[in-house]
Amino acid sequence: MSFLRVRDLTVTFTRPGQAPVRAVDGVTFDVGSGQSVGIVGESGSGKSVTSLAVMRLLPARNVQVTGSIELGDQDLLALSARQMRDVRGRDVAMIFQDPMTSLNPVLTVGRQLVEVIVRHDGRSVAEARRDAQALLERVGIPDPARRLREYPHQLSGGMRQRVMIAIAVACRPRLLIADEPTTALDVTIQAQILDLLRDLVEESGSALVMITHDLGVVAGLCERVHVMYSGRIVESAPATGLFARPAHPYTDGLLRSIPRIDDEERGMLHTIRGSVRDVVAWEHGCAFQPRCDHAVESCLGGPPPVHDLTGAPGHRVRCPRPVHPATPATGTGRSEGSA
Amino acid sequence: MLRFVFRRLLQLIPILLGLSILLFAWVRALPGGPAQALLGERATPEAVEQIEAQLGLDRPLWEQYVQFLGRAVRLDFGASLQTGQPVIEEMARRFPATIELAIAALLIAVTVGIPLGYLAARRYGTWLDSVLVSASLLGVTVPIFFLAYLLKLVFAVQLGWLPTAGRSDPRARAEHPTGFYVLDGIVTGDPAASWDALTHLILPAVALASIPLAVIVRMTRASVLTVLHEDHVRTAEAKGLLAGTIVRHHVLRNAMLPVTTVIGLQMGVLLAGAVLTETVFAFSGVGKFMADGIVQRDFPTIQGFILVIAVSYVLVNMIVDIVYGLLDPRVRVS
Repeated sequence: MSFLRVRDLTVTFTRPGQAPVRAVDGVTFDVGSGQSVGIVGESGSGKSVTSLAVMRLLPARNVQVTGSIELGDQDLLALSARQMRDVRGRDVAMIFQDPMTSLNPVLTVGRQLVEVIVRHDGRSVAEARRDAQALLERVGIPDPARRLREYPHQLSGGMRQRVMIAIAVACRPRLLIADEPTTALDVTIQAQILDLLRDLVEESGSALVMITHDLGVVAGLCERVHVMYSGRIVESAPATGLFARPAHPYTDGLLRSIPRIDDEERGMLHTIRGSVRDVVAWEHGCAFQPRCDHAVESCLGGPPPVHDLTGAPGHRVRCPRPVHPATPATGTGRSEGSA
Repeated sequence: MLRFVFRRLLQLIPILLGLSILLFAWVRALPGGPAQALLGERATPEAVEQIEAQLGLDRPLWEQYVQFLGRAVRLDFGASLQTGQPVIEEMARRFPATIELAIAALLIAVTVGIPLGYLAARRYGTWLDSVLVSASLLGVTVPIFFLAYLLKLVFAVQLGWLPTAGRSDPRARAEHPTGFYVLDGIVTGDPAASWDALTHLILPAVALASIPLAVIVRMTRASVLTVLHEDHVRTAEAKGLLAGTIVRHHVLRNAMLPVTTVIGLQMGVLLAGAVLTETVFAFSGVGKFMADGIVQRDFPTIQGFILVIAVSYVLVNMIVDIVYGLLDPRVRVS
């Protein structure tokens, strides 16, 4: 039984006088206990909105969330706002993208750590301070006693993200959602933060949902990957399977857009033509169709169905003409996809 | 912190020097002079000259300025041309009234303005928000003297709930050791006197509070709206903190930073507005005396009063800066 079960999650932004925007459109996925799952997509694909919906952090006004989100035996969408406050930070915690703005600038680091421990663990402030110091030490912050008394602006970006991680893991949540936790950081710091996250998750046995646009991040961290495009999951697979045999033309395009240092050809960098704005509404066909090199007319004849790739357990794709079919006999070769 | 205060006090010197020059020149640029004002339109040139010589106004401007400055540093602003009393004594007699009025107005503006501004931000886009925003627009645009008369008409004349003018019941024989009437009642153990002073204070304070109140409502609303959308508030929500904790520690605390600055700046509005309010309510403070002084071309009074008001304005803003430093650690370091 999975720990987090998201079924047919749809998030619609409505604004008076404007057409509603469906940012997340029927997303379904599971996260097992202690499992690491990646959700990959570019800006506007709906991956962050998905994570905010799970946390129930989307604004109440002008936002419609349907479907179901179950965490353990709790139906998160059925909880009252008050009950949800007990869940957040205790059962599920979140790390955000920008450590520069995600901490309160006028409160000390210690205060921001202590308040979450006091809130959920019911400990005294003195006890929580000791815990906080141990946590800072655990996330690799030197001289934690001094850092507790400092303010966020006195810390570097990497340090601040370590503090954010300490806050997130403070109450030992069983699910950690990391929304682009390394995007705002220097490359060298990125690797350190990812290592830290991996260690913490392994140590505590909590599940991890890693939201990112960076396939490299997912490769090193996640067991299972979901690729999102225009609000829907277009491909789901075990990480190894996805990287070895990307099936959806979009995934394939993303993977081939990564510049490789050992590339023989010193040619142009591969790109996916067009932009995220060139979309077809899913009910009329495949949203990726306008940018797809594999597209045929039938791609616009209604929503493409999801199907399992034969011979690749757990590898599902929302495309009738996958790039890398699991069994060579049933489909076209990779050469067809090259631009 | 001490160094910060000391540095700010040093900065006061050039500010005051510049201000005194401006003030000195401005007072003398007024058409007509004290001699003319004293003697009336039909005064003979000889008589005017004689009075000017008496007052030292016939000497070169720079000499007059140096003399004025030399005395001013010893808090000697000369004698008022209206009453013949030393300006400093006139001030000591009248400042408590104005300060009492300004503090009462500021208290009203802050204690009502911040909650209303917060409410408007939380109900952003609703009818309540629209009402509060429109009312605050009205607050900044309605002239104080108009509002003052209106309040007086409704609450003092029509309803008879509050006294129409003055600082206390003229029949009462209360003692005034501090000059702050509300405080005096407490000091002398005469609660009835305090109550009496308070009822006299309410209408002028409300009239005077209208502009700062409106500005604080608008500033708080804008500031809370900004902070509500900041990432760290989302973090606080993600931590599962209780709604009250988030409001107090993560929204209001941060949103108060720009509001603090605005409150300091409103002190200037309060002192300027006090002139009008005191006139309408015959509230014998600095404002009324200075308004009369300007009409009478009472140079010593105008110079002395404006200088003292300017110093208090700068001091209030220094206190605001210190408070700001306490609220925002990022300012403290730099």
